[in-house]
Amino acid sequence: MEIQTTEYKRCTVIKTSGRIDGSNAPQLGEAFKTLTEKGVFNIVFDMTDVTFMASAGWWVLIDTQKTCKPRGEVVLANIDKGIRDSLKLVGMGSYFTIYDDLTSAVGSF
Amino acid sequence: MPTRTYSGHLKHLAAICDFVTEQAALAGLDEAQTYAVQLAVDEAATNIVEHAYGGEGRGSFSITCKVTAEGLKVVLKDGGAPFDPSSVPEPVTGVPLEELKSRGLGVFLIRQMMDEVTYQFGPDGNKLTLFKRK
Repeated sequence: MEIQTTEYKRCTVIKTSGRIDGSNAPQLGEAFKTLTEKGVFNIVFDMTDVTFMASAGWWVLIDTQKTCKPRGEVVLANIDKGIRDSLKLVGMGSYFTIYDDLTSAVGSF
Repeated sequence: MPTRTYSGHLKHLAAICDFVTEQAALAGLDEAQTYAVQLAVDEAATNIVEHAYGGEGRGSFSITCKVTAEGLKVVLKDGGAPFDPSSVPEPVTGVPLEELKSRGLGVFLIRQMMDEVTYQFGPDGNKLTLFKRK
């Protein structure tokens, strides 16, 4: 899994692509943990190129959100409709602010 | 009615997804229905790999897809410990963030995504049958 991290003035963007499932969610979790351990708590997860998200991936985000709030938060950008629908279906949507595009997400901080 | 067999490793999840996606297309499922099948089967396969034989790297399981006039049936079989998904309580959501717990989300997704979910345990082990109507 290729993970890109981009630092901005008030937040950091993490981006990955393709599938997120049980096989690679731990790696994503480590990437988030690297940020929070450095004191970064304003994080944008850019989901532009994420095509599939299993529950393992959602739990990485939830765990990261628990670490980031209330000092900061994880926001989500550009989620594919199918993934967004499944997120809402399981009642997890309320735990994240979701933006339609990356610029809005970064600008929210 | 194709059947594929996989060893108990999470690395097979992508190939499993490709398999059911191909069968979903043959069954005439639309994009949303196909995603639902992908997600449910991924969750079910992950549970088998992580729990059926006591951890990843053990055992094997099979996935059979049957295209019907009504939709797509997917049967997952493994020879591991009995696991009845109906015994897993639904995760509690709508609670404060700090109270959210991970247990049960995969099974919950399976139930929400598929139109029918049935489970049997017999001499050959666990048999989980999922059906998605088109």
